[in-house]
Amino acid sequence: MSVLWEVFVRPRRGLAHAHVGSLHAADAETALRNARDVYTRRSEGVSLWVVPASMITASSPDEQDSFFEPAGDKVYRHPTFYEVPDAVDQM
Amino acid sequence: MPSTRCEDGPDAGTAGAAASDRIYLLGLADDALIASHRLSEWVARAPDLEEDIALANIALDLLGQARMLLGYAGELTDPVLTEDDLAYLRPADEFRNAVLVERPNGDFAVTIVRLLLLAAYQYELYAGLRTAADARLAAIAAKSVKEVAYHRDHARLWTLRLGSGTAESRRRMETALAAEWPWFCALLGDDRADRSCRHWVAEVLGTATLELPEDRVATPSGRDGVHTPDLDAILAEMREVTAAHPGATW
Amino acid sequence: MTTFEQVIEDLGRVEPRDAMPDDYRATLIRQIAQHAHSEIIGMQPEGAWITRAPSLRRKAILLAKVQDEAGHGLYLYAAAETLGVDRADLLDALHTGRQKYSSIFNYPSLTWADVGTIGWLVDGAAIVNQVPLCRCSYGPYARAMVRICKEESFHQRQGFESLHALSHGTPEQHAMAQDALDRWWWPALMMFGPPDSASPNSERSTAWGIKRFSNDTLRQRFVDMTVPQAAVLGLRIPDDDLAWNEERGSWDFGEVDFAELAEVVAGRGPCNAERIAHKVRADAEGAWVREAADAYAASGGAR
Repeated sequence: MSVLWEVFVRPRRGLAHAHVGSLHAADAETALRNARDVYTRRSEGVSLWVVPASMITASSPDEQDSFFEPAGDKVYRHPTFYEVPDAVDQM
Repeated sequence: MPSTRCEDGPDAGTAGAAASDRIYLLGLADDALIASHRLSEWVARAPDLEEDIALANIALDLLGQARMLLGYAGELTDPVLTEDDLAYLRPADEFRNAVLVERPNGDFAVTIVRLLLLAAYQYELYAGLRTAADARLAAIAAKSVKEVAYHRDHARLWTLRLGSGTAESRRRMETALAAEWPWFCALLGDDRADRSCRHWVAEVLGTATLELPEDRVATPSGRDGVHTPDLDAILAEMREVTAAHPGATW
Repeated sequence: MTTFEQVIEDLGRVEPRDAMPDDYRATLIRQIAQHAHSEIIGMQPEGAWITRAPSLRRKAILLAKVQDEAGHGLYLYAAAETLGVDRADLLDALHTGRQKYSSIFNYPSLTWADVGTIGWLVDGAAIVNQVPLCRCSYGPYARAMVRICKEESFHQRQGFESLHALSHGTPEQHAMAQDALDRWWWPALMMFGPPDSASPNSERSTAWGIKRFSNDTLRQRFVDMTVPQAAVLGLRIPDDDLAWNEERGSWDFGEVDFAELAEVVAGRGPCNAERIAHKVRADAEGAWVREAADAYAASGGAR
């Protein structure tokens, strides 16, 4: 049974690979070539990753509150939290 | 529309040289054009959606090569002809493509075997032509060799899978190889490029655990303008619309 | 209010692992699958003309266009798969008639002019339908539509250009173009579905943010967009009731034959049987290839 693969493309040098979609293939080598034919027909990329969809461990929406909300009030992690005297040009 | 017959004019010398270059270009162009035609017959028929897209990509590459080469060959013709003049109006006996590429598609194994052989052959040709004295041809070859390298890789990938996949896929590959091999042999001589091409194909077949067929040369090769009725059928289909509207532009 | 309801109310995006009502999921699966099937079946009427395209330039354009449709079908099947179904099952539903595809592809493509007309009208209508879907509430569907709309922007143009060459060509070419418009105009208007008064699922789909505009709204938008283009082509739209309505700032147009649409949707169009038979045959002929690929992978032949 053919496997579902997630496809990641690096649009150009200097950028990270980003998820663009998925496809089916029986094995990794075929998946990589299919990704080239399906997702880079219009020069969308310079590098490809394919990952079996089943290999991805994802956070669950049920855990969204406990995972992501606690970060919300840690404003001191952001530079705009701090006041710098006008005399300081750049910091 | 002037005749596109390619017999040399009365003056030999440079005109003769141009004619032979032109015939050589037509061989390359027609291989690509006719192979592209056959591959495009797979559209909406491939074993899966991903392969449908892959075969269309290869057909588009080959069509692009054909257009560049026909455009160039047309410029070497007196009076000058366009790519469409050469594709749509040239008599079948002036087509220089290998018979290998005009044969009907058959099953997917036949298509893969033929692509393996054609791409291996084109790869060596284009690789060599990258350093041709003719700068225009060298540029076309430099672009095309990258494309056929991918075609070769695609055919190799499937040859390995079909060669050792199931008993049925193996049987179909053996049948296809036996049928296509003599048409491949018809194309090859014994120069370095041809030997290198054979060597690569033999290696792929070995990895796929498929036996190398015995050499037998089928005729005609197609290179001298003699073809099978399959080419007539292709050209009739290709020209169905244009033949009904002579002189129209599209 | 559930998280789902909140997301819908905020015009946010629902993502695959979110909790969602079963009906929402089922509606999306049905709609996305039908959309994917339409792309795949839609390859046939135009695909049949690739080998006969009258110039190498047109051949390359058409080949690339039909290939895009395969790609679009693939993106959409992938979007449907995020809802917990398999592509193989969706294809099986198509092959056995349990899922539908757009009625438009059950009409035959009789001449070369049909290829241009399909690009201009059918892709034009598809774009009108699809652009709002880029803001659909289901994230993977909306993202697939963004990619599809971006890629499809050349499809309508190439059709228009091809048809323009015909309508400004020889008298025979012009006649061929007019004949194609005569045959495709009304089926193109049917692509927007039944009238709002008879569109059973519209209200719920709108509430869920799957559908943004009603069938009749989109149909009118298409007519308003297309009438001036037909004038540029020098072709006559086959509708005696077509008239500019100053008050509405829109074109009035004749009655669409929705009985015909119902017949085609029910499987009794000119090409329903042929389209499915072609697809089923291709699938059956490719079975041994897919089995071989699976066997090779299972044996560890590939890295």
